[in-house]
Amino acid sequence: MPLNTLNIALADDDQDDRILFKEAIEEIKIKTKLSLFKDGKELMDYLVLPNVILPEIVFLDLNMPIKNGMQCLSEIRNHDKLKDLLVAIYSTSSSEADIEETFVKGANIYINKPNSFAALKDAIEKVLQLNWQYHTSALNRDNFLLRI
Amino acid sequence: MRVYVKFDFNKICKVVLREQLDAIGVEYELQGVGEISFKSAPTQVEMQKIADTLDPYGIEVVNDQQIALVQRIKDAITEWVYDGENPKRYNFSTYLSEKLDYSYTHLSSLFSETTYSSIENFIILKKIDYAKSLMINSEHTLTEIAYKLNYSSVAHLSAQFKKTTGLTPSSFQKIIRKRKERAIML
Repeated sequence: MPLNTLNIALADDDQDDRILFKEAIEEIKIKTKLSLFKDGKELMDYLVLPNVILPEIVFLDLNMPIKNGMQCLSEIRNHDKLKDLLVAIYSTSSSEADIEETFVKGANIYINKPNSFAALKDAIEKVLQLNWQYHTSALNRDNFLLRI
Repeated sequence: MRVYVKFDFNKICKVVLREQLDAIGVEYELQGVGEISFKSAPTQVEMQKIADTLDPYGIEVVNDQQIALVQRIKDAITEWVYDGENPKRYNFSTYLSEKLDYSYTHLSSLFSETTYSSIENFIILKKIDYAKSLMINSEHTLTEIAYKLNYSSVAHLSAQFKKTTGLTPSSFQKIIRKRKERAIML
């Protein structure tokens, strides 16, 4: 069955950022179905529900109350059902050490939160295009790393 | 009060198809279940319109021939990338059109329409994917990998690696090494 819609999940505690992300993703040619979560806990509770359709990509804000992005990432990587999810960390930090650490701990994609709508759209588009190739072709997902 | 209804799925589907196709204004005939024949072949634009119109009803236009051809293009790309000798003999467009017996222009536009990528981009992606596995699973130096994948120099490979992944080959290798160390520790 060929893939025709990408399921995307985003966890971000900032409402404005969630709205911007939603608007950006709607302008992209690739068809997506976006689920939004206010924090890491809400996302994780959803992902472990029985019969849930798992997203092709999870975008995680690094700094969130209750459960932050790193905690979610490590829970995802240690969960049998979730460990193969593609995870994109979405953060304002551009410190090399932070970036390396998130990759080492299992993130596939690191995005510096862009400061304009156009740049955000470009970044999301690049991620989705590349993910599309990974979901529809024989490319090795274990070493899929992308930094934007 | 509750009322129960019974569905005739075949009839529902045919009614929906008729209504929608009539509205678009193409000449068609409904064949058996799930097959429509057109008096004259719809254009790409009409085909897209039909697909978009039917999508909300859960009806998907299946275009197996196209999907199969795109898969053959991808397989040919993989073969091309993994056999480092080919690129030295001919250019890719000649190789592909001879192998699949279609013009390169046709293959290239079909590929772009269905994959959100271009053949050229896909070749780069495949080469970088191969470079990654060579970096991780073999003793090859970057110079040897560059030669094997037909880059003119290490600098060219590194630049394309960085452009595709956002990381330099050395930071990529460092991350993978640290991941392995971490996996052993845990």
